[in-house]
Amino acid sequence: MAELAPPPPFIASRRQRRMLDLTYQPGFRGVAYFCLFMLYAPIVVLVIYSFNANPSVTIWTEFGTNWYVKVAANQYIQNAAITSLKIAVVATIGATIAATAAALATTRTLPYRGLGTAYVIINLPLMVPEIVTAVATLSFFAMGRTLLGIDLGLANLMLAHMVFCIPFAYLPIRARLEDMDRTLEQAAADLYASPWHAFRRITLPLLTPGIVAGAMLAFITSIDDVTITTLVAGPGQTTLPIYIFGQIRRGITPETNAASTIMLAVSVLLVSLFFFLAQRRKK
Amino acid sequence: MASIDAAAAPATSETLARTREQIRRRDALKRTGLLTPALLIIVVFGIFPLFIVLFYSFLEAGAYGGVEWKFSIDAYVTFLFNRDLFDPSILHFSPSYLQIFARSFIVAGIATVICLLVGFPAAYFMATRPAKTRNLWLFLVTLPFWTNLLVRSFAMMLIIRDQGLINGFLMWIGAIQQPIVMLYTPFAVALGLLYAFLPFMVLPLYASLEKIDFRLVEAGFDLYATRGQVLRRIIIPLSRPGIIAGCILVFIPGLGAYITPALLGGGRDLMIGNLIAQQFGGSRNWPFGSAMALILMAVVLVFLMIYASVTGRQKVGHG
Repeated sequence: MAELAPPPPFIASRRQRRMLDLTYQPGFRGVAYFCLFMLYAPIVVLVIYSFNANPSVTIWTEFGTNWYVKVAANQYIQNAAITSLKIAVVATIGATIAATAAALATTRTLPYRGLGTAYVIINLPLMVPEIVTAVATLSFFAMGRTLLGIDLGLANLMLAHMVFCIPFAYLPIRARLEDMDRTLEQAAADLYASPWHAFRRITLPLLTPGIVAGAMLAFITSIDDVTITTLVAGPGQTTLPIYIFGQIRRGITPETNAASTIMLAVSVLLVSLFFFLAQRRKK
Repeated sequence: MASIDAAAAPATSETLARTREQIRRRDALKRTGLLTPALLIIVVFGIFPLFIVLFYSFLEAGAYGGVEWKFSIDAYVTFLFNRDLFDPSILHFSPSYLQIFARSFIVAGIATVICLLVGFPAAYFMATRPAKTRNLWLFLVTLPFWTNLLVRSFAMMLIIRDQGLINGFLMWIGAIQQPIVMLYTPFAVALGLLYAFLPFMVLPLYASLEKIDFRLVEAGFDLYATRGQVLRRIIIPLSRPGIIAGCILVFIPGLGAYITPALLGGGRDLMIGNLIAQQFGGSRNWPFGSAMALILMAVVLVFLMIYASVTGRQKVGHG
């Protein structure tokens, strides 16, 4: 075996280098690049065709931003985007506050029975299939409407989104709390800082990157949701993904490409920011 | 905790016990207050609705949607039987809904297997890169996971339609005269699920492959194992938790998928998710839809329990 041989004075070929590499497995590199290709090719095609000046979705003629102009002028898309933002902002704020409190309760307390249960409940929205959550939420609000005559309007969607945003916000905040050095908090307590004071001046500033990351994940999750929103949304509560969903089902137009690309850009931007924050945290 | 020790130093055993009790009580109060908002929102708007679904599944369907407040197990009977047209008390076994379940299992299963076959080498390759390149790979694999599933399914439509990129290319080079029909078939759904959930497979695989101690691999080579033997006898067994986690994380959302089959699947090839949504939309049989949702939920629970027993209780630790 090559590994047993004394190292050669210089490595001549790629083949020889491979022979010496413990981790090398034939063909795995190719599959990995194929994976990337598979993940990105459809998205890239979508983005390219959104800049096609031609009304045909598949025949490329020349570069043009006319579809974006059309999207920007579309009253329905504007309204849908505003609805999406309203829901996402409220759901994000609510979910982030609740998740931060819950993360503190699951890391900064004495061990207690019921912690495991609390943990399971917080993560439950990730485990229930989306379609089940969707019909359950729909039934819940329908019941409220028929039995109690309560209809909260857009708040229905905000609450539904808050439920599945909480675990997404919770995970990075909890991770951050676990990584944080506790000696500073303990020092504050030793110096007679009240628990609230220590939290405000020590824990919260240190936790901020985690909270921002959590809020971003919650926001992306909310703004991208289709399944739950489609079923729960009442008339006049069309969000941007729901609008696009309807468009695609009616037939593909380049306008849909442009609207989809905008949604894509928002997610990519936020996730990149998230990674940037996470990278900086590690340093 | 440091605060207990500080209080304990000068105290007699009695005051010590009292202080301990006080601290414990204050801590209990604090965590209750902190946990309440999150648990309240999830229990009221996330878990309680599941019980409404359970309740609805035992009611009669309303004529115009919704439910009639009468007890009935019709929803569950409908799943397996057809009522005779002339004599409603006679039941005929009808496998059509079972077929939809079977189809969902097969399509999600195929997507899972291909995900594993493609995802494993990719995850292994990622895990064996130097730290810097590894982070870039992780970023590139995670990014699609956070982009809109709807948009990605739509992008897949653009590729595999009759006038799409693949058919366009094949016709252009003259390999085919007629476009190959791919969109609106179970194949398209499996492909869409593969595409949508590949990151779910790669990430847990990566997590367990990254932890492998490569001294074991070296030992294998020292004992004259070939690369294939090392892979089969050392690397794959060591990454078993990742393989199981990845398979379950792909299979569960695949089984209940709604958007991907709605866009890529044809009207004839329903999956469970679409069947359920249909009952709450066009077909308007809420109790039947509720029963389906519960059956799906039960199946998912079984898989989650397998998942929990494999990954162990390591995640449910304190602090």
